[in-house]
Amino acid sequence: MTVVVNGTPTEVASDATVAGVVAGLGLPVSGAGIAVALNGEVVPRSAWASTGFGERDRLEVLGASQGG
Amino acid sequence: MDDPLVIAGQSFASRLVMGTGGASSLEALEQALRESGAEMATVALRRTSPGARGSVLDVLDRAGCRVLPNTAGCFTARDAVRTARLAREAFQTDWVKLEVIGDDRTLLPDAVELREAAETLVDDGFTVLPYTNDDPVLARQLAELGCAAVMPLGSPIGSGMGIRNPYNLRIILERATVPVILDAGIGTASDAAMAMELGCDGVLLASAVTRAREPAVMARAMRKAVEAGRLAARAGRIPRRLYAEASTPFEGLADLDGAQAGARPGG
Repeated sequence: MTVVVNGTPTEVASDATVAGVVAGLGLPVSGAGIAVALNGEVVPRSAWASTGFGERDRLEVLGASQGG
Repeated sequence: MDDPLVIAGQSFASRLVMGTGGASSLEALEQALRESGAEMATVALRRTSPGARGSVLDVLDRAGCRVLPNTAGCFTARDAVRTARLAREAFQTDWVKLEVIGDDRTLLPDAVELREAAETLVDDGFTVLPYTNDDPVLARQLAELGCAAVMPLGSPIGSGMGIRNPYNLRIILERATVPVILDAGIGTASDAAMAMELGCDGVLLASAVTRAREPAVMARAMRKAVEAGRLAARAGRIPRRLYAEASTPFEGLADLDGAQAGARPGG
């Protein structure tokens, strides 16, 4: 299945979860400093492990950057 | 704490809030934050980049700065609200510097979208610090909507043009019911001092420090300027006069020519 992760089409297993994809990016599994939007909607950290994907879903994985 | 800045019940000894945009490296940023004495600094929310070295959050932590997430880059209320909610998830804070930009050349706020976003976020329990135009009516409306502070610009973001409309700022300050933080346009230390002398409760700046030739040195200058400006505002400046007013009394002036009448005024 293809999920678009931060703009890049990425192959993931059909039973992949948000938590798995975040961990696969080398980010802390605790989720500290990270936020995730699936198709534009916030996925709370508590729901990462139970949230799966549909074909061509858009996942944005966001963290702190210099600004403002 | 002597004369703290209080926003939404939180006290800050420093009245300088730092932005983190524009620094050449995280090391330069950390030095600047330390020299600034700031206790709060803004961060943006962007896509994570694999293999990024170090984190701006660690820098803020080491410098003793609380995280103030911003919604930089948002052009609509909808985007700004979603970004604020993501930032709340990421940084576990309901404080947000709300920016809703109307134009990517001027980076001036979109008043209509800003109001809408502020209202939604206040209702959603956020502590909202909106970056706004130097518009007394809009500033009053944002305070009435429940924003914890208002942050009028001195001039466009990154322009370094200082405070272009001190009269509007005075009107905002005279009628303020929440802290007023001058945000954007500061170019050098005297601009920050002027903001404080006008009566602002604090100053938020980034580029003036991060893009200075010596960011850490300018950060120190800003810290002192904000402190000096605050003290001057509390002390109360003397009125402006067209003519001189001698500070030295004429009484007891020596009569060196033996002509009592002819004493000329001195400085």
